[in-house]
Amino acid sequence: MAKLETSPNIPAADEFFAALLAAHEGLSKEESDALNARLILILANHLGDMEVLEEALKIARNPGAASG
Amino acid sequence: MAERIFEIPLYPYRRSRDQDASAPVRHPVVVVGAGPVGLAAAIDLALQDVPVVVLDDNEKVSFGSRAICFAKRPLEILDRLGCGEEMAAKGVQWDTGKVFCRDHEIYAFRLLEEEGHKFPAFINLQQYHLERYLVERLRALQAEGKPVDLRGKNKVDAIGRHEDHVTLEITTPEGPYNLEAEWLIACDGANSSMRRMLGIDFVGQVFEDNFLIADVVMEADFPSERWFWFDPPFNPEQSALLHKQPDNLWRIDFQLGWDIDREKELRPENIDRRLRAMLGDDIEYELEWSSIYTFQCRRMEKFRHGRVLFAGDAAHQVSPFGARGANSGFQDTDNLVWKLKLVLEGHAPEALLESYNEERVMAADENILNSTRSTDFITPKSETSRIFRDAVLDLAAHHDFARPLINTGRLSVPATYDGSALNGPDADGLPRALRPGAPAVDAPLKEGWLLERLGNRFQLLAIGTAAEKGLELGGVEIETIHLSPDESPELAARYLGDAQSAVYLLRPDQHVAARWRAFDRRAVLEALARATAQGEA
Repeated sequence: MAKLETSPNIPAADEFFAALLAAHEGLSKEESDALNARLILILANHLGDMEVLEEALKIARNPGAASG
Repeated sequence: MAERIFEIPLYPYRRSRDQDASAPVRHPVVVVGAGPVGLAAAIDLALQDVPVVVLDDNEKVSFGSRAICFAKRPLEILDRLGCGEEMAAKGVQWDTGKVFCRDHEIYAFRLLEEEGHKFPAFINLQQYHLERYLVERLRALQAEGKPVDLRGKNKVDAIGRHEDHVTLEITTPEGPYNLEAEWLIACDGANSSMRRMLGIDFVGQVFEDNFLIADVVMEADFPSERWFWFDPPFNPEQSALLHKQPDNLWRIDFQLGWDIDREKELRPENIDRRLRAMLGDDIEYELEWSSIYTFQCRRMEKFRHGRVLFAGDAAHQVSPFGARGANSGFQDTDNLVWKLKLVLEGHAPEALLESYNEERVMAADENILNSTRSTDFITPKSETSRIFRDAVLDLAAHHDFARPLINTGRLSVPATYDGSALNGPDADGLPRALRPGAPAVDAPLKEGWLLERLGNRFQLLAIGTAAEKGLELGGVEIETIHLSPDESPELAARYLGDAQSAVYLLRPDQHVAARWRAFDRRAVLEALARATAQGEA
């Protein structure tokens, strides 16, 4: 059974996306890559559930695959 | 410079009567290789009164310190062999590790040392000291009349495999002779010539990296801690390690990368330049040993090939991170020797030896997995791996959560043989750590330690309940030990948990074969039959 939330879950979707881009503003490609890596680690730790993380990795690797 | 211990012949060549025999003499067991694993195998066999001959093409302990970190479980095994205490006393104990990145410390960690064990989590001890203690122990057993013979400068040139024995062609300083062995244990290291002579593959993953070891003697006031650097100013883009050994000897490891000029890196002036960059210009030191190593993570597909049994680095090779080489080798022979003894005595079928293969392949895979992961962290294989590795390091300096992701070596813990064919039933409600397949965990008793009472035979450990004495099946005897839960809180916590009583069937290697809440004669005998493969063809 899927544990990963794959339906819309961020109420202020536009604000989040803008904040994500803003966090990268003025950074070189290298600095942005580092930020992304840190962000993934921070969020992964917050989730903490290996099943959820594995589902997320699967979808990230292959967006067309059915979730769950 | 005084002569160093590893330059003195420790088991010099002596002529054996076998060399004058008219026909090749057959021995029950021949061990090839007098390194830590081969010596441990020989001592274990001698203790069990199984005659054993050890052959080595050398006559000295290992050249240089080599393996230096020995974990609790191997020390417990060495204690069963009668030489753990000396090693622990000589070794440097350490419980703190520090991780540095560039020019600052990211964090320090303490190995959470659980109370109530005879041996510490780890000691650092030069391999040559460890081998010297093993040779001394072997000599002491010889003096007691135990059937063990260590033959230096005996080089095996050829090996022939037969249905019920192995033939060996050996060269000595006084010419060749032949031997036969009912069983051969090959402990001749990562470049095993036994493996090569039998033409057996040894495949795995090569890591494209070189590490320079510099063992230096110096009066330094660094504490007994393990210090690991990522990208330090004195070795940019690479890693470095500092670790203390006895006798004011310090192990320093420099990661060098793949494309290097080995000969140039090993020149004393270049090693000196690296050491001074790290330790400061005014440091006084003496370089005891230096070496450049590369490594692979690989294992043989099977550790048993008929009458030839492979153990230690000859069977499996891991990266040095996590101290899983020599440590797992001791666990190999710990697993093998009692089985071989039962087979030699006719108390168990040869099928029992298949469980050596099964259980130690499982352990080797666990070690390879862990050491590969450490290596992937220390030596990122792609740009993306490096980005994530560096992100972990950046975060760890400020946030606890990232620290468990730093992997400079997950230190060796023993394998639990989950799913082994030898495992009998488990009982509900007892602590999971001591399930069938797990090694017995030490605990203090009113007098001495639990593990001092265990091993070398099958045992029934009845805690807080009664069990029958004198059980026997097919010539295999069980010794029954009764203990009160009041012996120590650790004993009760580790073996009973919330239960009032438990009965553990323990193998001669101190691993749990089966356990129950109360004694049941028939169940115990069934579990013993299973643990000795009796009834199997």
